[in-house]
Amino acid sequence: MINTNEIMETLHMIDQEKLDVRTITMGISLFECVCDDERRLAQNIYDRVTSQAERLVQVGEEIERDFGVPIVNKRVAVTPAALVCGAVKDPLKIAMALDRAGKAVGVDFIGGYTALVQKGMTQADRRLIESIPEALASTDILCSSVNVASTRAGINMDAVGLCGQVIKDLAEKTREKDGLGCAKLVVFCNAVEDNPFMAGAFFGPGEGDSAVSVGVSGPGTVKRALEKIKDAPLDVVAETVKRTAFRVTRVGQLVAREASRRLRVPFGIVDLSLAPTPAVGDSVAHILEEMGLERCGTHGSTAALALLNDAVKKGGVMASSQVGGLSGAFIPLSEDIGMIRAAEEGALTLDKLEAMTCVCSVGLDMIAVPGDTSAETLSAIIADEAAIGMINTKTTAVRVIPAPGRKVGDKVEFGGLLGWAPVIPVHPFSSAAFIRRGGRIPAPLNSLKN
Amino acid sequence: MTDSVSKAVVTVLGFDQKGIIARVSNVLYHHNVNILDISQTVISGYFNMIMLVDISAPDCPFSRLKEELGQTGNEIGVQIRIQKNEIFEAMHQI
Repeated sequence: MINTNEIMETLHMIDQEKLDVRTITMGISLFECVCDDERRLAQNIYDRVTSQAERLVQVGEEIERDFGVPIVNKRVAVTPAALVCGAVKDPLKIAMALDRAGKAVGVDFIGGYTALVQKGMTQADRRLIESIPEALASTDILCSSVNVASTRAGINMDAVGLCGQVIKDLAEKTREKDGLGCAKLVVFCNAVEDNPFMAGAFFGPGEGDSAVSVGVSGPGTVKRALEKIKDAPLDVVAETVKRTAFRVTRVGQLVAREASRRLRVPFGIVDLSLAPTPAVGDSVAHILEEMGLERCGTHGSTAALALLNDAVKKGGVMASSQVGGLSGAFIPLSEDIGMIRAAEEGALTLDKLEAMTCVCSVGLDMIAVPGDTSAETLSAIIADEAAIGMINTKTTAVRVIPAPGRKVGDKVEFGGLLGWAPVIPVHPFSSAAFIRRGGRIPAPLNSLKN
Repeated sequence: MTDSVSKAVVTVLGFDQKGIIARVSNVLYHHNVNILDISQTVISGYFNMIMLVDISAPDCPFSRLKEELGQTGNEIGVQIRIQKNEIFEAMHQI
């Protein structure tokens, strides 16, 4: 009746290998709040979020207690704010209302100060994007995202140009915290509507009234599993990752199902992403190094990451009834102790990171660049990532922090799960004339693939 | 309890000493929790016990039970945990 080994293994995974559920994220539709009076819209949104998510944190804690698995964050994601702000002039009030509502229900983050502008920009979209620096500088837990490209629509280079400037302004407005505001803004290509991970979470217009989704974690468990099969061929490595991912995802599935039942909100998805934290033993870079690379970022890193990312998905898909979100391995620089070391030692550069994002989840994430990086260079970095996503039909994103006054080699502290990052160099040559052209990069051909 | 989950796993880890099982079963008995199965090993003085218990009719909330077991553990210097059985089933059974 009792399988001692299995029970001990589970306890070991939780205690020593830092298996946890990274987040329970409740998606909340705000369409019912729509109104052309700013104050009433803000109040409607506040009321909607606080009533729908009232028990979220409490239920999260109950589940943690019942199963003995840490649930690190509880979050709320809402309908992209630009879609509900169309009839009002000042989206800032909505930003404040969301931030207040999130704090009132006790969540760690609330995401959805978002505009979807992959093809064109409405007046409301533009107003919202232009308000992002002020909105994120004057709130604490609000997160924002902009989708500037998709495989079907191409890349909206006007929006890309605007976002570079927004990131620059946001860094300046949060100067005393080393540009921390930029950690709360993600610029996407092919953004997904059900992503539970911040800062890019929003609850897409194709979703229902509400849903709970879960993001799992567990790089530590994968690393430990690989430690036991030193020198085994890579197909054995892939198989081991799959098995581990299966177990990790089963925990996510259980938590998601329980949360859905207890909150009486439909179960959304389980996101299979391997999300690292700055804690020792919770690093994606260390998994790649365990596979036989001296440092993450050296030759072979892209191949190793491709194997890892694919095996995580294969294991996870079998373990959950509904898989979605970003589902892959994350490589946020500042949130991964192995990535931080690799960047400090010069093994991991911006160019190699860009290459690695071709085969894994998301993109250039939590990367500190020099404070004097121009808005056009930031836009060009976004354009490159968006192109990778657009051509490869995958989600990519950029979350860079041009830390004001900081130079290459300086350290930038973000604190908590966001960790710290060494400032890494960008190319010194200008992309300004390219970005100034604006317009659109057309959607790609989906045949003649080479 | 409104919860449909009825089984939980109690695990005790720590250095062996007299009365560990007595203390744990005492707490369970007082809250009307039945022990279904028990497995115990002592390897070079390190005590390792796993109990499967029925929590379909305890006289207190699960959180209280967890707290009391944790306290008992603190008093005798071992780690005592109670987790609902589903987590183990989820991870190891298809």
